[in-house]
Amino acid sequence: MNPISFVTQTLRIAVPYLFAAAGGVVAERAGIISLALEGFMLTGAFSATLGVHYTGSPWIGLLCGVFGGLVFGLIHAVATIRYRADHVVSGIAINLLAIGVTRFFLKLAFDSSSNSPRVNGFGGNQAWYGFDNPLLWMGLGVAPVLAWVLYRSPFGLRVRAVGEHPAAAASVGVKVGRVQYIAVAVSGMLAALGGVFLALDQHQFTDQMTAGRGFIAVAAVIFGRWDPVRAAIACLLFAAAETLQIQLQGIEIIPSQFIVMIPYLLTIIALAGVVGRAVPPAALGKTE
Amino acid sequence: MSTRREQFEEAVFPPIVALLVALICGDLLIMSYGQSPATVYRMLLEGTWGNAYGFGQVLYKATTLTFTGLAVSLGIRAGLFNVGAESQLAAGGFLAGVVGLALWPAFPLPLAILVCIVAAAIGGGVVGAVPGYLKVKFGAHEVIVTIMLNFVVLALLNWIVADHLHVSETLHTPEIRNGAIPRLDAFIQAFHGSAANLTIVIALIAAFLVWFHLFRSKRGYDLRAVGLQPEAAEYGGVKVGATLMRAMVLSGAIAGIGGINYVLGYKQYYEEGFAGGSGFLGIAVALVGRNHPLGVVLAALFFATLSQGGLAIHAFVPKQMVDVLQGVVILAVAMSVPEVRTALRRARKPVAA
Repeated sequence: MNPISFVTQTLRIAVPYLFAAAGGVVAERAGIISLALEGFMLTGAFSATLGVHYTGSPWIGLLCGVFGGLVFGLIHAVATIRYRADHVVSGIAINLLAIGVTRFFLKLAFDSSSNSPRVNGFGGNQAWYGFDNPLLWMGLGVAPVLAWVLYRSPFGLRVRAVGEHPAAAASVGVKVGRVQYIAVAVSGMLAALGGVFLALDQHQFTDQMTAGRGFIAVAAVIFGRWDPVRAAIACLLFAAAETLQIQLQGIEIIPSQFIVMIPYLLTIIALAGVVGRAVPPAALGKTE
Repeated sequence: MSTRREQFEEAVFPPIVALLVALICGDLLIMSYGQSPATVYRMLLEGTWGNAYGFGQVLYKATTLTFTGLAVSLGIRAGLFNVGAESQLAAGGFLAGVVGLALWPAFPLPLAILVCIVAAAIGGGVVGAVPGYLKVKFGAHEVIVTIMLNFVVLALLNWIVADHLHVSETLHTPEIRNGAIPRLDAFIQAFHGSAANLTIVIALIAAFLVWFHLFRSKRGYDLRAVGLQPEAAEYGGVKVGATLMRAMVLSGAIAGIGGINYVLGYKQYYEEGFAGGSGFLGIAVALVGRNHPLGVVLAALFFATLSQGGLAIHAFVPKQMVDVLQGVVILAVAMSVPEVRTALRRARKPVAA
């Protein structure tokens, strides 16, 4: 196994997780449970494909993808904040809705129930191993930036206050609802970028192409104990396991299904507190 | 304390609101495709409740959804959100299939079916026991554990079937040798070709038993007490941990039994991916059915109609429309439950002088 190709492939597999997990951290630190990451990613992937298909420009596709994630993020925000819907139910509904909406419009726009036609992407120079893709660099940079925002900026302080103790935050003049709306909207846009990367990297949209990646991101958020940098490390770890599985194909040491289980098992173990307890933000999931 | 009438209103209004919202969204989708909503809705009804085959398919789909809906709603009554019905369903179906494969053909059929049902319950129950144990013992949140466990269990079943137990060139196990549940077309000719089978009777019995357990038994009373207010229940002498554990195992077992509808009643083998989202849709069924067994049965019929109806309208509007409507219904119910409760309580409050 070539160590350079191992590292480059790991990073490329990690990018969608890094974006989505960053989105998950923002929303959950503001107290809104984020099981909708999968749906945000799928919408982002589809809107980006539409955008590139009609304009030919991957940058416009990126903007369309972010917009798609924003719309679905706002649906989640309105449901959970304005209407006090159960966060888990809303998240699951949004995932189903995203599957339905992308399928419906895939049929409407491209008359297909499986995939879109080929679209342009970023980069593509073989000698660069995919590192000529600006989205890849954005994905690698998102966790440190988010860590700075959460821990060093006034907005980040408000997000954390709202997620830990909304009543106390409100009593010192923080507009709880507004902070949560922004956090969930940002979460939708970030997760959507993960979907944009997937679609442009594969040069097409395919039905349910996110294939559970949003839930791996949820796992990374919990395994990383709601900290942006630790969640990013979890993403890299999960991506490395996946790369190992791909590169070891043919050499049957461990059946591939057991490598697939790694992120989920690690998360369950982390939640059970066997190696250091994973404690969520205090007001996570509370609807007043 | 609210009266029965008030409880009924708070339970029934949100699904009605959701249905209206879904109807409007459906209109918009149909019109975006340049078709007439009235025609499409009529076709949807004719293709489901309008002919025996379509109706049989609705009954078949509603059967699985009744089990997963009951499983989720029993969990919610205990304050547990079981998002793992999908893998519990698969595990139940798998064990039923394996036991059906192992039973010798001379074994009397009713007994064989019973043994397979017990196997299905064990399969689902074991998968349900894990999050229950982790919750009671370590306080691990059951939502995340059940979601993660879905992936683990489905991967494990995939490994067993793909590496050890499949008929070559397929992803299903060999056909069971005993325990096949007869199809409805054996009794009523008109159902010919549809997958509806006698599992539907078992589903209705299960709904009755869940109702009896929840509302007429001491343990069911304890379960609901824990769901409403665990500290108060503990103070009242209820063993909260044991009750949660029992609820989670029971929930998993019910979802597991749902697996027999496909494995014993339809195909007579376990096939990779047969659950196909029925576990997740069980959440929608429980939500729309307001966690009451009767509501669950009705909601299961509704979602089964929607799913089968998608096929009936496919020539005019892509069947993917019903996927959108499912999401809309769930979201609308989730949003209208707190809203309706607030509105009703405000309306009932006597006007202050």
